Amino acid sequence: MVSQWLDKLHDYLQFPFVRYALIVGMLIALCSSLLGVTLVLKRFSFIGDGLSHVAFGAMAIAAVLKITNNMPFILIVTVICAVLLLRTGQNTKLKGDAAVALISVSALAVGYLVMNMFDTGSSNVSGDVCTTLFGSTSIMTLSVSEVWLCVGLSAVVCAVFVLFYNKIFAVTFDESFAKATGTRADLYNLIVAVTVAVIIVLAMNLVGSLLISALVIFPALSAMRVFKSFRSVTVCSAVFSVICTVLGLMISVIAGTPIGSTIVAIDLLGFIIFCIIDFIGGRIRK
Amino acid sequence: MNNKTKLLECKAVSLGYDSRTIIENLNFCVCEGDYLCIVGENGSGKSTLMRTVLGLQPPLSGEISYLGGLKKNEIGYLPQQTPVQKDFPAQVREIVLSGCQGRCGFRPFYNKKEKTLAAESMERMGITHLSKRCYRELSGGQQQRVLLARALCATGKILLLDEPVAGLDPKVTADMYEMINSLNKKDGITVIMISHDLQSALSYATHILHIGKNIMFGSKEEYLSSDLGKTFTLGLGGEQ
Repeated sequence: MVSQWLDKLHDYLQFPFVRYALIVGMLIALCSSLLGVTLVLKRFSFIGDGLSHVAFGAMAIAAVLKITNNMPFILIVTVICAVLLLRTGQNTKLKGDAAVALISVSALAVGYLVMNMFDTGSSNVSGDVCTTLFGSTSIMTLSVSEVWLCVGLSAVVCAVFVLFYNKIFAVTFDESFAKATGTRADLYNLIVAVTVAVIIVLAMNLVGSLLISALVIFPALSAMRVFKSFRSVTVCSAVFSVICTVLGLMISVIAGTPIGSTIVAIDLLGFIIFCIIDFIGGRIRK
Repeated sequence: MNNKTKLLECKAVSLGYDSRTIIENLNFCVCEGDYLCIVGENGSGKSTLMRTVLGLQPPLSGEISYLGGLKKNEIGYLPQQTPVQKDFPAQVREIVLSGCQGRCGFRPFYNKKEKTLAAESMERMGITHLSKRCYRELSGGQQQRVLLARALCATGKILLLDEPVAGLDPKVTADMYEMINSLNKKDGITVIMISHDLQSALSYATHILHIGKNIMFGSKEEYLSSDLGKTFTLGLGGEQ
């Protein structure tokens, strides 16, 4: 049985598009998990969901405007929304979670409305929407240039994260203190917001709008159950995310299940395992 | 008094949020080695004053200036705990080291000097044995010491403390006050502290700033002999 699966997997790996999917999947999993820790701790767990809806709305508008290369347009709109959301974090009339919910629902509604009103003749509107939201097969249809774009952006995201690691930690743990003692907290918040937006636009290709939240929060939450220092939590969530994504992709290739939901199911399983480890660990320490 | 260097001066400052003014025409100055307690009722603007002094929000009018060569990144601050910190996965060492961030500028990593400074601060606060522990698992008193150690990494000159003993039990509170007092007296660090606890404020402070409907700034002796001070300390009986 197992050798049969391995054979099948080996066969599939001969195809370049499967290899591309694996590479891109791993990179996106890595990037989203790195910033996931910060987002979860800043109480912005839902920003992945919100921003992906924004990206969906932007995509719909781009389709109506007949912009063929819609990637830059989507990226710009999402970055602007991310900056607005994360800037208004504290001490505003509209609290973080409410602002995220507001933007996410509006973008989704406007996007769907625009798509319906200006139906471009591609007929299957609900089918398109479903594909955008759940990702389905677009990761299997990546071109070489898209893979390189993804590799490049991921490298930038990782480099930014490593270089600003200490600053991100300081600002996440205590923004007031960081500002009061002369750290340029606003600048680093801006950097985080832009990076988050880039990751989300990237991740839309992999799991689709609706499941991006999972890639952001599951690794961070799982790692936080077991590990106690910021560095170990970050490293663990990166490893967790990459392993789950690779497993999910392979299973969905072999079993023919939808890619996005398979990955999230594996993430959920991983989270449950970490909870059990935490529970048993707590028992032993007592 | 006059030969001491001034570190901080507030001239005709008005504070508030948006268009709502909380305090008007506030004047005071802090000199090197002072121990200033800010007292006043809830909602009188104590925390707002501290946030304004730290530059976290602009004053509505007036001028706040750092003097005597005090720079923005030479200020230590002990804020009130935020809900985010309650379940934050971080080692004590990581948090204390983050106090050095203001010294880094754009340099991405901490250097040896800053790591030594963090170790010294932990030693001073008596938390070296906790350095590998997780912050969220510590007791309230231990957490405050960690945050104080972090503030010490940021400064050797002036500490601003926002209710450092809130939520601590009496024994730990007393230890905390002793520790702050020794930083002020032994190490010569200027202290500005918000406090609800007037009795301790009066036993350690050199100066008092009372804000609210009436504003009064002066040395402890001046405050105690003023009408405002007398009314406010009435409840404390003849202990002073």
